[in-house]
Amino acid sequence: MPKPLEVTLPSDREVRVVRSFNAPRELVWEAHTKPELIQKWMLGPPGWSMPVCEMDVRAGGAYRWRWRNDADGSEFGFFGKFTEVNQPAKLAHEESYDPGDVGGAMPTEPALISNELTEKAGVTTMVVTMVFPSKEARDGAVSTGMTDGMEMGYARLDDIFKVAA
Amino acid sequence: MVMEQFSPSARLDAVFAALADPTRRAIVARLAEGEATVNELGAPFDMSQPAISKHLKVLERAGLISIGHDAQRRPRKLEAEPLDQAMDWIERYREVWEANYQRLDALLEELKAKPGAKKRKRKKG
Repeated sequence: MPKPLEVTLPSDREVRVVRSFNAPRELVWEAHTKPELIQKWMLGPPGWSMPVCEMDVRAGGAYRWRWRNDADGSEFGFFGKFTEVNQPAKLAHEESYDPGDVGGAMPTEPALISNELTEKAGVTTMVVTMVFPSKEARDGAVSTGMTDGMEMGYARLDDIFKVAA
Repeated sequence: MVMEQFSPSARLDAVFAALADPTRRAIVARLAEGEATVNELGAPFDMSQPAISKHLKVLERAGLISIGHDAQRRPRKLEAEPLDQAMDWIERYREVWEANYQRLDALLEELKAKPGAKKRKRKKG
């Protein structure tokens, strides 16, 4: 069972995600670039489907993603251009938020997302670095909904230190 | 209490700013084990008392520590609620993406099992 992902905030405009997969880089790359595969896993919280997934995977090529809430039919998404396509090591793209029916702030500048894949002994480690145009944009992107009343023992302080590091 | 004046997002900013310093994180870690005086907190660091006090002020303004009632010792105590709120914010995001990646784990297992998979694996680069 792979380790759960790690989320850190390297600066006030960035998010860094690290996750390993028990699969070769080529497969992880495919799962991130083929629409029919992306639509199987990049679904977000329960109750959402991904009706739109268009991918023109080349430098300068465009992509478009849209999710739909099954209960009320509201939609939102992301779109942008690929800036770097270096199969299977690095995929980078701009990311602009499409508020759709869900609403929310839409920064004028896109975020810059890069996915870097390294493989060792059949295990692929993916580092996703997201750089936002401002702290507010970063915070808005990460706060996909706060939950109330989570219990937190002092033992979980280690997670806080990773977040703040 | 001072913290009640801040909006929730301003409070989160204060908590993250407070934790964005290794000395302050070490102080918080120490206080997780029990309350301590300024002298006790400053002992592990090669730092002047005013410097330690400055760090404590940042932590107090963020609501992460409070001052005990012992007028002589004035021990600092860790307050969990701001940490709970900060954890919720990142934790929710992490949970959503961990759910995505668990689906991806299952998909990758399917792809590995496919007839073409072995051929792909032998490819270099």
